Amino acid sequence: MASEGHKLVIFRGLLKFKSNQQKIWGVLIFLSIVTTIEVALGIIKPEILMGSFLKMKILNWIFIILTIVKAYYIAWDFMHIRDEKSGLKNSIVLPLLILIPYLAFILLIEADYIFDVMDSGFVVWNF
Amino acid sequence: MEVTANAAAENEEVWGGGNKPLNASYGKMMMWFFIVSDALTFTGFLVSYGFSRFKNINSWPIADEVFTHFPFLHGIDAPMYYVALMTFILIFSSVTMVLAVDAGHHMQKSKVTFYMLLTIIGGAIFVGSQAWEWKNFIKGEYGALETRGGQILQFVDSSTGKRAAIQEFAIGVQTDRTTHESSNGIWYTAENSLPTVSLDEVKKGFLADENLVIRTQELDEKGQKTVLSRAESKGKLNEAVGVVEGANLIHNEYGNRLFADFFFFITGFHGFHVLSGVVINIIVFFNVILGTYEKRGHYEMVEKVGLYWHFVDLVWVFVFTFFYLV
Repeated sequence: MASEGHKLVIFRGLLKFKSNQQKIWGVLIFLSIVTTIEVALGIIKPEILMGSFLKMKILNWIFIILTIVKAYYIAWDFMHIRDEKSGLKNSIVLPLLILIPYLAFILLIEADYIFDVMDSGFVVWNF
Repeated sequence: MEVTANAAAENEEVWGGGNKPLNASYGKMMMWFFIVSDALTFTGFLVSYGFSRFKNINSWPIADEVFTHFPFLHGIDAPMYYVALMTFILIFSSVTMVLAVDAGHHMQKSKVTFYMLLTIIGGAIFVGSQAWEWKNFIKGEYGALETRGGQILQFVDSSTGKRAAIQEFAIGVQTDRTTHESSNGIWYTAENSLPTVSLDEVKKGFLADENLVIRTQELDEKGQKTVLSRAESKGKLNEAVGVVEGANLIHNEYGNRLFADFFFFITGFHGFHVLSGVVINIIVFFNVILGTYEKRGHYEMVEKVGLYWHFVDLVWVFVFTFFYLV
């Protein structure tokens, strides 16, 4: 059983916990802080972050990056991927890491193209 | 991996059966198979949501204006606070789940029981909150008119800049209307419930109040909805063909109807996952109380249901971002 051998270090060694329980609470605090930052940004919507980067607001990029950070800690510490063998780890993470961005990329590019076609007036849709 | 002279022979022993080459039992492995495939299912949903959104990028509803309710705070504009609370509840129930798994590793039955109970309660609160969100979304708030092409026309009071509810400014018009009944028709379909106000009443109320203007679905350069002038609004009013109150799969007072479709579908699918997670958690909870896992000698079942529970939390993190934040 994999009860022993929890890796108790997060943030690449910056923070080391004494026990697995402590690590769980530590991760909870971290996730709560990230969520609070997200919600605060969502309510304030600072003017500086409203600029556009790669067709999306900088604020939205920040939200997506913070979401991926949260997803990483949920998977790594709550789902114990950190403690799994690298073979299992890779066979879970790599398919998702390759397929999801790929699907998002092709569909969003296509959607942007359809938007342009409709916007430049070849198709009447707003009647 | 270490390369030794007899690596081939050792590999055969490891992968030859009766062994756990990846240090994960059969059941846990299958749970991971399920999670990876389910993650791809949710990916499909969320990406198709993104597709529809990018396709209608200049007319998509603004989430802050749609989800503004908080329990017991009637009429107060509180965007996002409630979903933020829901997110915290789900993350917290995730934590109690890991604590249950951890206690299971140490064979502490009473602790596992306690943490499983907390997890179940957290999950139940979350599902209830989602039902409440749905109720508010379906009921709607201000009402709107719909044009023939499915565009939504909302109303704004230009003196205050606040949204105006059609139920409040509409003026009653006397019309004769008979309900079609099955007794006087061969081709009979039952009537849907009618909006509380009719199109003519909204039009009359709009013309009577000089302050009212129409807000269209289109976003301006600042990312806000375009508000028309009074003269433009009067012209636009003639394009309306029906009254919309609230949202369903066909009409949506908040804007693009695809928004409502995806909201119902994705949060519904996620909510169904949470619900089934709660049911499985309850089953495991009773098994813990009955001592099934104590007899079995390990609490791996708690670990497996825990993986599923964290996955549901993981999906919510993304749903939260793409529906409420972005």
